[in-house]
Amino acid sequence: MSSTQWSNRAQSLSSSARHSRLKRELVAYSFILPNFLGFAIFTLIPMVFSLVLAFMHWDGAGAITWAGLSNFADMLKDETFRISLINTLYYVAFTVPLTMAAALGLALLLNQPLRGRDFFRTTFFFPYVASLVAVAVVWNMIFHPAMGPVNQLLSALGVDKPPRWTASVDWAMPTVIMASVWKGMGYYMVLYLAALQGIPSYLYEAAEIDGANSWQRFRYITLPMLTPTTFFVSIMLTIASFKVFDLILVMTGGGPGRATNVLVVHTYNMAFKEFRYGYSSAIAMVLFVIVLVITIIQFRMERRWVNYM
Amino acid sequence: MHAAPQPRDHASQRARAIALKVLTYALLLAMTAVMLLPFLWMLSASLKLDKDVFRFPIEWIPAAPQWGNYALIWTRIPFLTFFANTAKLTVIITFLQLATSSFAAYAFAKLDFRGRDLLFLGYIASIAIPWQVYMVPQFIMMRRLDLVDTHMALILLQAFSAFGVFLLRQFFISIPNDLSDAARIDGLNEYGIYFRIMLPLSKPALATLTIFTFVGVWNDFMGPLIYLNTEAKKTIQLGLRLFIQQYSADYALIMAASLVSLVPVVILFLSFQRFFVEGIASTGIKG
Repeated sequence: MSSTQWSNRAQSLSSSARHSRLKRELVAYSFILPNFLGFAIFTLIPMVFSLVLAFMHWDGAGAITWAGLSNFADMLKDETFRISLINTLYYVAFTVPLTMAAALGLALLLNQPLRGRDFFRTTFFFPYVASLVAVAVVWNMIFHPAMGPVNQLLSALGVDKPPRWTASVDWAMPTVIMASVWKGMGYYMVLYLAALQGIPSYLYEAAEIDGANSWQRFRYITLPMLTPTTFFVSIMLTIASFKVFDLILVMTGGGPGRATNVLVVHTYNMAFKEFRYGYSSAIAMVLFVIVLVITIIQFRMERRWVNYM
Repeated sequence: MHAAPQPRDHASQRARAIALKVLTYALLLAMTAVMLLPFLWMLSASLKLDKDVFRFPIEWIPAAPQWGNYALIWTRIPFLTFFANTAKLTVIITFLQLATSSFAAYAFAKLDFRGRDLLFLGYIASIAIPWQVYMVPQFIMMRRLDLVDTHMALILLQAFSAFGVFLLRQFFISIPNDLSDAARIDGLNEYGIYFRIMLPLSKPALATLTIFTFVGVWNDFMGPLIYLNTEAKKTIQLGLRLFIQQYSADYALIMAASLVSLVPVVILFLSFQRFFVEGIASTGIKG
């Protein structure tokens, strides 16, 4: 289109047409506004503020002063930070694959024509909606080192020194991980179940005609067809696991010692117990960067193993 | 031997199928036990005397059930106040989330305006960023606004959910545009289309968001932990923790209190279980 044609066209757009476009946009903005105002004030601004605060010193009462990179330098000297980082990675490294395996296993079992499928589905999903505090309490009582039914059973079975679970430095994290897998797997099972039910049956029929056995059908049809879900689940679970807080605070409080102190617990303690807001934000920023980098890596690897139909 | 390949023996094939079925049910029942036993143990323990809670082997059905435990917990701490506070927060936040999210989601799904895609990207990005990353600035902001130790702080922080907008937008997009186009020709404006066409068609999506929000707010622990100090303002999850701290040796009462705190969610979950599961399956999000 030549420039004269453009200007002709512009002139032909009457002012009333422009007016009605503006009106349409105003209507659209009016729909967004109530949510956006709240979202901007209580989410976006704190997000930006968090980034700024990471480079500041502030105890909440006195003046805010520029810290440069010193909050980050402090982390190198902070042993609790180092332990929390290692604990977080430990927690994520076990929780993510175990939850995925359990979720996929349950989904495969439930994907067969069975009686009582809805009952099982509801049961497995229930811990996910149960309150964390209630779940942590009962879990702690069942795994009570001295009196809990689990250790009484182990003793009765002749185990000489049953683990002291959350009271033991070595066993506290595995106990928290078990509780976390137990609580979360039903949710991811539902995602896998939906994906399994979306695999077209003709694929299996064709494979059967070609003589594929059940392992081969699983290996060459089910697993590849599930990769988009596996990809999605792995990202969601990784992000969720890095954020672990409630479970640990209620089950172990980060202890014994610092055995289950994770990054978010450390952030929380620094902010709300020691009032080192800048330092706390810097730790939060490290958490954010780790999650971001891992998510980017996962997206980069996506091409190598994820199949889209 | 060069016997011709035999057709598969039907009897052994059926035996294998049955064995597989038995194995499947055995695994499922074992998993059911793992998932449910903690709750059944909770129920059983809540009806015992403290001294019997840990007795081994477990007496699943107590000989003399202590129903009085369930009356006692209400007198030990102000559980009723905690329930009322939680119910108030849950209802207000759920209502605000549904209203503002569905309103915004309509524009993102059906209207055209400058900056729409960029803005939506911002919403999605915020879902992926851990809330804990900005919880401290939020707290500072609330302190500046003098809202610490008020329910208003929790309402303002939780009522405007990016997740809600995302979830409802996904659903609105699946509603054909022909419907709204026809309504526009008939002279209905956008607000009319939203109220008279979109909302009535979106009941499953609204139900899903309602359940998510209800369960999320009811079970929220960290929000109230950070913001609420006065006992009269605390919520059920904080109350439960308070109970555990104050009566740490009253095992049966702790179990009774825990069980009572689960009741509203259990009722909601069992009555809307279908929406819940389908809602997750269709949107996925919400770690």
